[in-house]
Amino acid sequence: MRAEARTLDELGRGARAVVESVGGERPFRRRLLEMGLTPGTVVSLVNVAPLGDPLEIELRSGRLSIRRHEAALVLVRR
Amino acid sequence: MSERRPIVALAGNPNSGKTTLFNALTGSRAKVGNYPGITVDRRTARLDLSGGRSVDLLDIPGTYSLVARSADEQIALDAMLGLDGLERPELIVFCLDASQPVRGLYLVLQAQELGLRVAVALTMVDEAKRAAPPARALSAALGCPVVEVDGRRRRGIAELRVMIGQRLGEAAAAGAPPEPVWRWQPSDELARHIDSVRATLPPEWPQTPAMALWALMSLEEGDELRGVPDPLRRAVAAAPAGGRAVGSWIDDEVIEARYRWLDREVASLCHGAPDRSFTERVDRVLLHRVGGFAVFLAVMFIVFQSLFTWSDPAISLIEAAFSWLGDRTTDLVPPGLMADFLVNGVIAGFGSVVVFLPQILLLFFFIGLMEDSGYMARVAYLMDRIMKSMNLHGRAFVPMLSGFACAVPAILATRTMERQRDRLLTMMVVPLMTCSARLPIYTLVIAALFPASHVLGILPVQGLMMIGMYLFSAVTALVAAWVLSRRIRPLKAKRLPFVIELPPYRVPRLGDVVRMMWERTSYFLREAGTIILACTIALWALLSFPRHTEIDYDARIAAASAEQAPALEHERDAERLRQSYGGRLGHAIEPAIAPLGFDWKIGIGIIGAFAAREVFVSTMGVVYSAGGDVDENSATLRQRIRAEVREDGRPVYTPLVGLSLMIFFALACQCMSTLAVVKRETRGYRWPLFLFTYMTVLAWVVSFAVYQGGRLLGFS
Repeated sequence: MRAEARTLDELGRGARAVVESVGGERPFRRRLLEMGLTPGTVVSLVNVAPLGDPLEIELRSGRLSIRRHEAALVLVRR
Repeated sequence: MSERRPIVALAGNPNSGKTTLFNALTGSRAKVGNYPGITVDRRTARLDLSGGRSVDLLDIPGTYSLVARSADEQIALDAMLGLDGLERPELIVFCLDASQPVRGLYLVLQAQELGLRVAVALTMVDEAKRAAPPARALSAALGCPVVEVDGRRRRGIAELRVMIGQRLGEAAAAGAPPEPVWRWQPSDELARHIDSVRATLPPEWPQTPAMALWALMSLEEGDELRGVPDPLRRAVAAAPAGGRAVGSWIDDEVIEARYRWLDREVASLCHGAPDRSFTERVDRVLLHRVGGFAVFLAVMFIVFQSLFTWSDPAISLIEAAFSWLGDRTTDLVPPGLMADFLVNGVIAGFGSVVVFLPQILLLFFFIGLMEDSGYMARVAYLMDRIMKSMNLHGRAFVPMLSGFACAVPAILATRTMERQRDRLLTMMVVPLMTCSARLPIYTLVIAALFPASHVLGILPVQGLMMIGMYLFSAVTALVAAWVLSRRIRPLKAKRLPFVIELPPYRVPRLGDVVRMMWERTSYFLREAGTIILACTIALWALLSFPRHTEIDYDARIAAASAEQAPALEHERDAERLRQSYGGRLGHAIEPAIAPLGFDWKIGIGIIGAFAAREVFVSTMGVVYSAGGDVDENSATLRQRIRAEVREDGRPVYTPLVGLSLMIFFALACQCMSTLAVVKRETRGYRWPLFLFTYMTVLAWVVSFAVYQGGRLLGFS
């Protein structure tokens, strides 16, 4: 159960996980991969914007903001 | 002619301290232009090295990767390799944020694969503290020099200069570019793809495997890259897929392999994560669901207030100075055509350019502070939810808000968005916002035609009308953004990801901000100012020629008493205006504007208002023989307007006509300065023409609907 994969947007605030794979269309995948969201990278959900979207994530000691429906394309495991 | 200086380029991720380092290296000598055919700043400045040598330092726009999808993103590759008519740099210095070196080095690896001569300037070392990789170890891992610098405190700048000099010396001694360095081994399948694509690379590109790999990762259907020949496209599309989507597995293999090397060789040099507690504490307030928006509204209020109110004294001063200059000229030059040309053409033209400076300077002051402190990224983060529903970028908020003051600085401010499509869409809707030049027209029309009474005993009708016009413009702009982004192909919201960095908060450097203000302002004066000046003079000529009038007013004025003379002068000016080409044009368009409730005199006003909307008031002053120096609060002008009658004795101006007129001015692009700036910012006539056409059509249709609909409902 604990190792079950879920998507990045389903993480609770402050939760950490490991990237399993990135889905979606090619330009989007490539952008996220190039910014360091490669499989095996530790990622955490830092914050959610006041209006519920976008999300703030931390990876490789940098902070990025991505939209919720795009975070849903990132599979993660605990 | 002096000998051409070699070029050294400065590259790196956004927010890596590149601009500060550029300024620290070069002092205050940057030249700002555009890359050919595209609106991306090209900043260069002379950099003096030891021994009396100097080079041109080129600031390459910040990027995370050389792989590109659009012409904007392609610039980084073109500038590094000297493609597309650009000169090839001898050396590329990468600005590397020591608190997150891995992502910055991803870009350096791509440059090394391409066989470029590189060096690294390690910035933000003080911020990263123990998380920063030691320069010596990093240099050994990368096989290139690494120098620690602090652009803010000007530390390490001299060392960097020396290093650049040494590296250029090596380049001269070697005589050939360095060998490509690959940190990973492509799979057999990828190697086959690279070979098949490499054979079709255009001759002017380097014939390296890395260029073939770039093409394999960048080219795809619907990309907006320039200068890619068809055979290459076909070769990429035909690369044997083996039952999988070619692009994605190549992306996976390449990107993962680069990061594997970086994680192994570089991440181990860093000790722990940088301390982000300060930024976290600030974000707890600035991104709070209540406090965050309160601060946001306060900041936006200050920006708006400064453009709208604080710039006013400076604007009045400029106007007074130019009117003083006009008066002196009138005193010195004998009355006649020459004096008229100098005062109302040339001096007024310069005035109409310079008058934009206070607002441009103020807006870029705030934008500079917001960008440099890291707050601008938070604006996009906070507003994205709202802006994206209209298919606008989160950063479009500041230009849209500035549009309430003036569209000209607002359009210049669209450069804070990196994507062409986002800039264009914002430029196309900003001119719909109620700018301050529309206020005099609204004030005049509302005061002259709407009762000073109250609704429900407390709400003033006139005030409500004014608020209504503001709301109307904001709603129209948002709806227009939504419609344009669904109907006009280049403005379509392509499924591009919204991935932005939220950098740590940093104290903005006033020097950098002031320099940016100056660069933007001088760019405006040089590029758009000349067009605005030329247009003002052309419009003056249109409204001044021919100068013939039926009655010889000058003789009559000479003969008239001192009391009668001013009235005769006003009559003469009115007659001249009606007789001018512009006046005749106003007459000619009457059939087109009659369905909106306008007569030919309003037609002349509309043509005159093309110089700037507020000119409508003074043009109407001349048309109605009230003199050209009336303002929107002039009682005379109000009375003349109320007294105007049509041939059948009905009044020209009714509240319904007033409403139709205000809506026309709210929607029509009656501003040549806006069009001039859009032309400069889009590098062509296509978008200003589109802007003018769609706004004019929209204005006509809505005014028509309001006027004719109002008549059907029984209003006159």
